Amino acid sequence: MHVAHLSLQDFRSYATAEVALEPGVTAFVGPNGQGKTNLVEAVGYVASHGSHRAATDAPLVRQGAPRAIVRAGIVKDGRKALIELEINPGRANRARLNRSPVPRPREILGMLRSVLFAPEDLTLVKGDPGERRRFLDELLTARAPRFAGVRSDYERILKQRNALLKSAAAHRRSPGPEVLATLDVWDSHLARSGAELLAARLELVAALRPLVAQAYAALAPAGGAADLAYKSSLGDIGLSTDRGQLADQLLKGVADSRRQELERGVSLVGPHRDELVLSLGEMPARGYASHGESWSFALALRLAAFDLLRADGDDPVLILDDVFAELDAGRRSRLAERVAPAEQVLITAAVPADVPDELTGCSFSVADGQVVRD
Amino acid sequence: MYEGVVQNLIDELGRLPGVGPKSAQRIAFHLLAADPADVERLTKALKEVKDKVRFCRTCGNVAEEEECRICRDARRDPSVICVVEESKDVVAIEKTREFRGRYHVLGGAISPIEGVGPEDLRIRELMQRLADGTITELILATDPNLEGEATATYLARLVKPMGLTVTRLASGLPVGGDLEYADEVTLGRAFEGRRLLDV
Repeated sequence: MHVAHLSLQDFRSYATAEVALEPGVTAFVGPNGQGKTNLVEAVGYVASHGSHRAATDAPLVRQGAPRAIVRAGIVKDGRKALIELEINPGRANRARLNRSPVPRPREILGMLRSVLFAPEDLTLVKGDPGERRRFLDELLTARAPRFAGVRSDYERILKQRNALLKSAAAHRRSPGPEVLATLDVWDSHLARSGAELLAARLELVAALRPLVAQAYAALAPAGGAADLAYKSSLGDIGLSTDRGQLADQLLKGVADSRRQELERGVSLVGPHRDELVLSLGEMPARGYASHGESWSFALALRLAAFDLLRADGDDPVLILDDVFAELDAGRRSRLAERVAPAEQVLITAAVPADVPDELTGCSFSVADGQVVRD
Repeated sequence: MYEGVVQNLIDELGRLPGVGPKSAQRIAFHLLAADPADVERLTKALKEVKDKVRFCRTCGNVAEEEECRICRDARRDPSVICVVEESKDVVAIEKTREFRGRYHVLGGAISPIEGVGPEDLRIRELMQRLADGTITELILATDPNLEGEATATYLARLVKPMGLTVTRLASGLPVGGDLEYADEVTLGRAFEGRRLLDV
């Protein structure tokens, strides 16, 4: 699939912007702070309903404007579709597909699929476990949009359960039978919804492992082997992907740590405490890998995500936001080789020299909020 | 900003659920222009609703007397209770004319975030009603969201030792709808709750 047209209104620095795009490689070139990333961020937002740079929607709306609108005309299997998203910070966003409103924006998740590479990806390797969980969950949602619902249910259950644990912890005396009975109810809901998420993550990690190893070897042929392992907060008890069995294991895990949870007032067991362990050779990547190795690993994760989405069917749109400047010549050309066959590649770079020769295509100059085709 | 009393009225109207500042202003100016007798009727209705309406001592539904109309109605089936979150759910179910038993209004759902636990709902009153053994079926009709489901699970566990029939309203596809338009959660639920087709 590819994006044929992008139209922005009050998005980030743009009052308005209209950009016609084509399949193949498109580079947005211009000095820093001119709005290159804002363009590709908008494409990413249409795909994932979130930004790779901001945790909330508020920064996406141009200062002083009440809302931002992003329109993307996409072409998928030769058919055209128009996706429109209205971003209302603090309120529900609204979405339209081919000019008709959809009840919930979630329903058009997955219409456009993209994989975005950005300097922020370094936190996938060096950052907190939460970054890696988010990577897995976002990929799950991109592959099967119903996981947006599973995730939000799980998060809601977690919030309710934590509120209950916190209020029980605040009372300081032993919790009454009503609190414990209510906790039992939230435990069972957490186990059921958590098992769904956990099973899907385990399946995803199994699918990603060979792809990550392969991508890392291609990018950094001299390095050790890259590997992934899913480390559950349930401990080393051997997890299958059978949902019923996982739910039972979660229920037991929650029951075993109840005393501790009541003391600390927070849920200690479940997919929200799990970790995706990245390793290089025999060593964990986090804390041991060099800057360059960490970068290669982050890129390998994104490339593996791209391979996986690609294997599901339609090519996702590849977005490379300011990545090449950080890479040495060897890795730069190896990455370029890997991404060149994609149906559409969008690149941002500060200077034309940062765009590898392998990736030739059309280019736009971005300066002062103006996007002009060269 | 309008002058004192007009702005007061707009502010008060704006506190109502579903009424934003624009609607509040529209209603306020409608009232200003309206026939005094109409406004009189409205204020009387507002005052009466606070003075006269109370909550049924049995089921917790809104009532004008000690007991609500449904609890007083001898024709209703005394062996079935349908548990709902709010009085407005009673109205919704009554409109179906399908249910001939009585109700129990909980006054909300379990939601620790909002500080609502089982002790804040009318669960003790429900247990008292179940105690004498005339009731044989409990229908759990709390909302089909996480909090409603949690409340239903809580109640089902609580009354389990009593040996009643406990049922939960089916959730699934809307009647007259198209399968293709159902969201995946609803469709998934409908699959879970599928039933044998008797022919």
